Amino acid sequence: MPRILVEQLTKYYGDKLVLDGIDLSISAHEVVALIGASGSGKSTLLRCINRLVDFDAGRILLDGIPIDDESFGANGLYRRIGIVFQSFNLFPHLSVLQNITLAPRKVHGVPRREANEAARALLAMFGMADCVAQYPEQLSGGQQQRVAIIRSLATNPDVLLLDEVTGALDPELIGEVLKIIRDLKDKGMTMVIVTHEMGFARDVSDRVCFLEGGRILEESPPRELFSRPRHPRTQKFLERIIAAGRL
Amino acid sequence: MNRGASSPDDDSTARRAGSGEPVRQKPPARRVERNWTPTLISIFSVVVVFGAAAWFIGRAEQWPRIRRQFFNWDAMVASFPKVLDGFWLNLKVWGICIVAIGVWALVLTLFRVLKGPWLAPLRVFAIVYVDFFRGMPALLLIVLFGFGIPALRLPGLPSSALFWGIVAITLSYAAYATEVYRSGIDAVHDGQRAAAKSLGLTQLQAMRYAILPQAFRNVLPALLNLAIALQKDVAILSILGIRDAVREAEIYKSQTFNYSSYMVAAILFLVTTIPLARLVDYLTRRDRRRRLQGGMI
Repeated sequence: MPRILVEQLTKYYGDKLVLDGIDLSISAHEVVALIGASGSGKSTLLRCINRLVDFDAGRILLDGIPIDDESFGANGLYRRIGIVFQSFNLFPHLSVLQNITLAPRKVHGVPRREANEAARALLAMFGMADCVAQYPEQLSGGQQQRVAIIRSLATNPDVLLLDEVTGALDPELIGEVLKIIRDLKDKGMTMVIVTHEMGFARDVSDRVCFLEGGRILEESPPRELFSRPRHPRTQKFLERIIAAGRL
Repeated sequence: MNRGASSPDDDSTARRAGSGEPVRQKPPARRVERNWTPTLISIFSVVVVFGAAAWFIGRAEQWPRIRRQFFNWDAMVASFPKVLDGFWLNLKVWGICIVAIGVWALVLTLFRVLKGPWLAPLRVFAIVYVDFFRGMPALLLIVLFGFGIPALRLPGLPSSALFWGIVAITLSYAAYATEVYRSGIDAVHDGQRAAAKSLGLTQLQAMRYAILPQAFRNVLPALLNLAIALQKDVAILSILGIRDAVREAEIYKSQTFNYSSYMVAAILFLVTTIPLARLVDYLTRRDRRRRLQGGMI
């Protein structure tokens, strides 16, 4: 059974069709990259998967259960699927430790001491133990994004959604964030990655989906898609990327 | 604190230290002579203008009468204890109102901003409430509540004019405070809401732990401005016969036909509001600095 199954997913923003019958299947421990131009629907697809936005037709299953099923309760789905945003969205008035422990403590009722220990262990695992008492504005963009990733891991999710997580970073800070994602892949995390870093998509993903106009036009292993794209649209997109020096 | 007053000299040293240049053993001791001319001109012009104004006023034919009526030292000293007593009441009422307004406005704000079709009645109530009480003169509300409700002699309800005066002020000011809170909530970036939701926080939890603390920081200067306005409006309660500073001053005046007691009350109000206004300025400045430095939206 696929970990995540998307069937005929359709979504309108007003009159505009942004997702046009998306079918996508993601197995456990698989890393899938979604690429495509801005406005192709890749971020919306990501946000549908954890119900940040509602969709109009089709369905999404997590381990065979529709994501709007009552058995998830009010916040069960958010515990199983984490998301990291382009703009980090750390809470600026909370310290790194408080940012990470907020959901475990307030949503899932983990006692403070236990939540703090788990957060410290996570920070140490990713080499960020020094930042524990600092506030987001004291950190670099790369550090903030790494904290945001750790925050999304604090509830032990089965799936992690990454929405252009390096999009707001200076080039020299991108590497440290990508390294965490590679580590997570090695640990077997199931991930869906929306990215403009084609080199990274090629290296880290098991499968790449090229989206345009709300549809998946091409879906293949990265080596194949990047060296022998079948669809003329994919070819054109990759040519532009190469011309811009991004691959 | 000192940062605001740093001379251009400090600033350039700091920048040099921050840049990636090879560290010099010791920056050359460059002593910039401070140019005092503008400062001296400022002092001179202020002294001349205000000195001239004082001289003309003091020479005016009516001035001794004005001074006797408004600035009679003996009358001021004589009325001071009573007016100060009254002023304590102003401060107490002010404190009570601040707490009551803060809480009630927060409730109204939550009514206004929480989403969900079942909460529509609360939203409508908050909208109508703000429209109504923002449109009513505070004076009218105070008279209506302070005189009107005690006159009804409703069983079980307090009949003190002071109590109902406080209620009137709270109802009126909460309408403004609600709008201030709401603007602070609107100013919190949407990404914060998305992050809170994706972590599984309910609407109320997101408000409490993520949105409101930031919103409150956004609007603290505006809230303090409201508190300053409130401090002065508490004096309107004197029309209900409550013996606050203004009322005590009036009592003294009616016994002596000398207005100096009003000046005592005026000075007491200024002594409390001016530091508050300076605090607002300071917080606003600090806030702007933080926003200019801060990388986060």
